[in-house]
Amino acid sequence: MHPTPTATDPLLRVRDLRVSFPLDEGTVRAVDGVSFDVFPGQVVGIVGESGCGKSVTMRAILQLIDPPGRVTSGEILYRQGTETIDLVRLPPRGREMRALRGAEIALIPQEPMAAFSPVHTVGAQIIEAIMLHARQDGRKIGREQARAMTLDLFRDVGISMAAQRIDAYSWQLSGGLRQRAMIAMALSCKPRLLIADEPTTAIDVTTQAQILALLRELQHKYQMAVIFITHDLGVIARMANYVVVMYLGRIMEEGPVDDIFHAPLHPYTRALLRSIPSLKTETRTALPVIAGTLPHPFNRPPGCPFHPRCEDMLPKHCATAVPALHELGPRRSVSCFLHSDLAEPA
Amino acid sequence: MTAPLLEVRGLRKFFPIAKGLLHRVSGHVRAVDDVSFVVREGEALGLVGESGCGKTTTARCILRAIRPTAGEVLYRMRDNRVVDLAPMSEADLVPLRKDIQMIFQDPFGSLNPRMTLFDNVGEPLLVHGMRGRRARLDRVAEMLGLVGLRPEFMHRYPHAFSGGQRQRIGIARALVTGPRLVVADEPVSALDVSVQAQVLNLLLELQSRLRLTFLFVAHDLSVVRHICDRVAVMYVGQLVELATTEAIFRRPRHPYTAALMRAVPVPDPRVAGDDGILPGEVPSPASPPSGCYFHPRCVFAQDRCRSEAPALREVTQGHFARCHFAAELDLAGASHV
Repeated sequence: MHPTPTATDPLLRVRDLRVSFPLDEGTVRAVDGVSFDVFPGQVVGIVGESGCGKSVTMRAILQLIDPPGRVTSGEILYRQGTETIDLVRLPPRGREMRALRGAEIALIPQEPMAAFSPVHTVGAQIIEAIMLHARQDGRKIGREQARAMTLDLFRDVGISMAAQRIDAYSWQLSGGLRQRAMIAMALSCKPRLLIADEPTTAIDVTTQAQILALLRELQHKYQMAVIFITHDLGVIARMANYVVVMYLGRIMEEGPVDDIFHAPLHPYTRALLRSIPSLKTETRTALPVIAGTLPHPFNRPPGCPFHPRCEDMLPKHCATAVPALHELGPRRSVSCFLHSDLAEPA
Repeated sequence: MTAPLLEVRGLRKFFPIAKGLLHRVSGHVRAVDDVSFVVREGEALGLVGESGCGKTTTARCILRAIRPTAGEVLYRMRDNRVVDLAPMSEADLVPLRKDIQMIFQDPFGSLNPRMTLFDNVGEPLLVHGMRGRRARLDRVAEMLGLVGLRPEFMHRYPHAFSGGQRQRIGIARALVTGPRLVVADEPVSALDVSVQAQVLNLLLELQSRLRLTFLFVAHDLSVVRHICDRVAVMYVGQLVELATTEAIFRRPRHPYTAALMRAVPVPDPRVAGDDGILPGEVPSPASPPSGCYFHPRCVFAQDRCRSEAPALREVTQGHFARCHFAAELDLAGASHV
């Protein structure tokens, strides 16, 4: 079916992924034809505003889409050694998918407060994950060893007084410590792919700086592939090697981080970068804005999803046809009629 | 320089910590501990800090949503009489509430979903005695136009609007009584990036058009720098620095302010970040450290900082800092960006 992969091949290939939610009011096409690669040891940043489909894409990879939502088409090809598995074809509650989640593909959620159980200690929850997933010489790991491993992890993620904190409940920890404990849990089974979904959004800036530094250090140490989801362009600039820019369920452009920030091609990316007040924009002057508002998900514009707000809209093309993601070079693509006539089949 | 519209003097707000079955008070969270500053008429003052620093509590004391433990909140009325809001009764505050209004952070939680835009925006008018429906309709239509919404939307419900539009509705409601002082608590932090710029532009435009005075509570330094004339930085219930925006970003005088600036991730991959620069965590306002509250995290800390609490001193004209070494330290501002 697929040729035998090698170590330099992508760890994860998402191909033309579509996820929709049939609701009473209409169908929401949350993810509408998304393709990207994640290579081993690299950080792919997915950036976009609310409703762009970044979190649904992540949930699709983990097969955690809540009904009535479902993957309607596409492939999510995950490479495991020399084998390639299409995650879309695995039953979400089946043994294979459950063996992958946590062990091979781990998640750092946005709200560690909601992710930890409040009635079990954080240590107990991490120990449980290790006993369930981790193997040493093909054998399961006992409770005592799992506890020792958890203590090591706590030190790795910079939790001081690890011996006391392992028996604390999540609500006894500060926001920063709780997120560190969450990172320890995500890393407990040495995943090859880590998905971080807005891991610092709920955290203060000085703590955010600490957590980002920690994630970079651990990514380096464990040589994991990371999908980093955020709406914060500053965080993306600091964390990602490659960037995927999404808008209303579609990829607007993707490329190396430097290209996205210094040679953006899509009008959406350009407008987004102009509109953020940074520490060097002129103060108390009107910022350049993106006109209009994000359309309601039931009210998707026809053609290019961004065309009603786009400054460079081509009247004949953009409102009628959907631009396809056009590959301009290795890992550099854009979906915009300014750069390519390539359209999605009607 | 214009006269102060609001002067906060020695403001304190302590929350009791109750313990045990009898809820005996075992200590106090010193959420706001001796904060003083002036808001001049027509300016935008930014109140900055991380969660738990007391910035929102300070704002709530000024709005008299809560009663301060001690201190004065001096407000200069339209006839130039100065009144202290802190000890006032609810009844006495009612006429003043027209003058001091608030814009909330969460555009989804701050509007009543069962009320139309007309009722949401027009309710303050009713409270302040505008009984005639016709007059209220006209005023609400005017306000919606002012914030960039079509007056025809007046009879719709909030759920039909996006986050950015709802924040405009919240702004219309805050401004409908014609206030002089507007307290905005993180007004753009819940908004999407592309909408944030629109709302910031709107606030700037309204401020100059309506000659508003802003107290702008926020954690995002780039946003504060964009909107505010002066910036006050809080840490563990205290003001640690206060200066003009230009001065504080060019050369901060408190190591905490400098660390906050360095921690903001720059949207440029070519800028080498020096993240993780500030170790440790914000101490609890229930048991702050000895001496300078910032000393356990400060790279410049000396013995003196551990024992002696620094006072807020004027370092250069109009630039205040709570640091023993404010005059000597050469701290990098945001110019490195």
